[in-house]
Amino acid sequence: MNFSNLFRIAIRALIRNKLRAFLTMLGIIIGVASVIAMLAIGEGSKQNIRAEMSSMGTNLVMVMPNMQRRGGVSLGASSSMALKYSDVVALRNEATSLASVSPEVRASGQVIFSNQNTQTTIYGVSEEYLSIKKLDILSGRFFNANEIKSMAKVCILGQTVIENLFGAGADPTGLTIRVKNLPFLIIGVLKDKGESGMGQDQDDLILAPYTTVQRRLAAIDYINGIYASAVSEEKSAAAISEIKEILRRTHKLKDSAENDFRVMSQSELIETVSSITDILTYLLGAIAGISLLVGGIGIMNIMFVSVTERTREIGLRMSIGGRGRDILKQFLVESMLLSILGGALGIVFGYLIAILAGSIMDSPIVVTTQSVVLAFVVCFVIGVFFGWYPARKAANLNPIDALRYE
Amino acid sequence: MNNIIIEIKNLRKDYHVGEVTVHALRGVDLNIHEGEFVAIMGASGSGKSTMLNILGCLDKPTSGDYLLDGINVNTMNKDALARLRNKKLGFVFQSYNLLARTTALENVELPLYYNPQVKSKDRRESALRALEAVGLSDRIHHMSNQLSGGQQQRVAIARSLVNDPVLILADEPTGNLDTRTSFEIMELFQHLNEKGRTIVYVTHEPDIAKFATRNVTFRDGKIQRESIVTDRLNATEILKTLPVEIIEEFDV
Repeated sequence: MNFSNLFRIAIRALIRNKLRAFLTMLGIIIGVASVIAMLAIGEGSKQNIRAEMSSMGTNLVMVMPNMQRRGGVSLGASSSMALKYSDVVALRNEATSLASVSPEVRASGQVIFSNQNTQTTIYGVSEEYLSIKKLDILSGRFFNANEIKSMAKVCILGQTVIENLFGAGADPTGLTIRVKNLPFLIIGVLKDKGESGMGQDQDDLILAPYTTVQRRLAAIDYINGIYASAVSEEKSAAAISEIKEILRRTHKLKDSAENDFRVMSQSELIETVSSITDILTYLLGAIAGISLLVGGIGIMNIMFVSVTERTREIGLRMSIGGRGRDILKQFLVESMLLSILGGALGIVFGYLIAILAGSIMDSPIVVTTQSVVLAFVVCFVIGVFFGWYPARKAANLNPIDALRYE
Repeated sequence: MNNIIIEIKNLRKDYHVGEVTVHALRGVDLNIHEGEFVAIMGASGSGKSTMLNILGCLDKPTSGDYLLDGINVNTMNKDALARLRNKKLGFVFQSYNLLARTTALENVELPLYYNPQVKSKDRRESALRALEAVGLSDRIHHMSNQLSGGQQQRVAIARSLVNDPVLILADEPTGNLDTRTSFEIMELFQHLNEKGRTIVYVTHEPDIAKFATRNVTFRDGKIQRESIVTDRLNATEILKTLPVEIIEEFDV
């Protein structure tokens, strides 16, 4: 018996029991739909996070002081003083895989304008900072080398700070605000950047020359971090090892000593976050996959019913020349048709669910070809796997007993 | 003498039911020639059903030889037996065993689906010819459940004819039918036999057995009596003597 005939028999058998076939498929439909929806939502949010993190610059490299321990005792605050401006100079002079380097000195405090005030962070940086962090000036200008040298009390405001002090959309360039009781002249305004992939407001900041923040606001002689950009994204791994090598030398660390700093690249961070969302996606997908398994068991169950119901038909087919394998194929095709049809419907439903969920959660949806192919393959396998045992049972029937079956 | 279709020598069949061994057939010798019309009779438990199963290659004897159309069946495996049934045999059952909600034509085509050598065009032609032979040319697209019992049995006979078998085996073919329809079916068998078909059927009704050319009676797993039917009945003539029924068959 050729495939098209087997297919026709199977179609007819399913049409004869439409409701039963549909209910059986429902298990597969729900399973596939949830797998497709989960993977689509997971993939969508992963790409979303990646895109937002990449907007900060994929070749960004960060150096942070490392919490240092000596003999098991944390040195606490003193170890956060590990980075000095001289490190920035060393990196600028020696690191070949770095395009630009900026120190970062942070000071938090109250910022006052007239009768308004807000709490924010003042970042002390150098001129390169703008290009490294992919920030743009909306109006006014950035500070220059002279202002860094002279510890000028100038600043550039982020949009959130402007909103809090002057109201949304105002341009306060030329006005003076008080930061920790020091007057700062606003020389520029940053363009809106939005939330980071991690949900952090990237507009709640004030930029000022690092010298000003270091000496006048924080009164420290160290820096809180170094931001640099690698020549290219591919070079960021090389940049990390270069930075480690240079800083260990300038910090005069012994071979046995741990680094007193940490180096991270944005691309590394993206990978980490991506792998976390991947794990979450697969976990959700696996849970959804369990319902597929249940659906498969449903198919097996109904195939057993079908075999029992059609025992006499099987007996007849055998008596007129149907071999065991003909009967086996007939029932396998039927169970595969059930599962693949269910899978196809499941993919459609899953897609609709994903779109619906995406619009409710306001996150993008990505149905990958892989997930659709995966769903189809899984359905095929389920059809064969769960159809095999009932089909075997049918094929092994004794024709005499089958013909007499009541 | 015509060709020997069935040649059986010292055939035995034992069933093991738990620890008890049932001797269903205890040494049967039987020859059936081409063109014969044989009725197998016997009480229940006499071994006639076992005999029919073995004749139909659905079951294998425990010992003894069975040659169907010159082929020794004993040495064949399951698949080879299935192919043999497909090519050499036609089955007619008491309960017709048609596929439900399937047209008469497709029911008749069914055996040919299991023969890969038959093309779909030939399949249809053979099926139409078989339906014509049983007088159902006007019912080919009726579903099996839209046909009366007699018509269903005719479809089943057409199905048994479609592969041009050397032997038609019928198991109580009139068992589910009323007297008149029974005679009609026997008339059909007699016509087929006149055209040269070899037919073997099982029945427990002596009247029905009289339509055959030869009767074989089983008792306790052995052939008790073998006889040529001398007072053979002609179904066509009997049907003429029966009063014509007002509602012969229901058409749905």
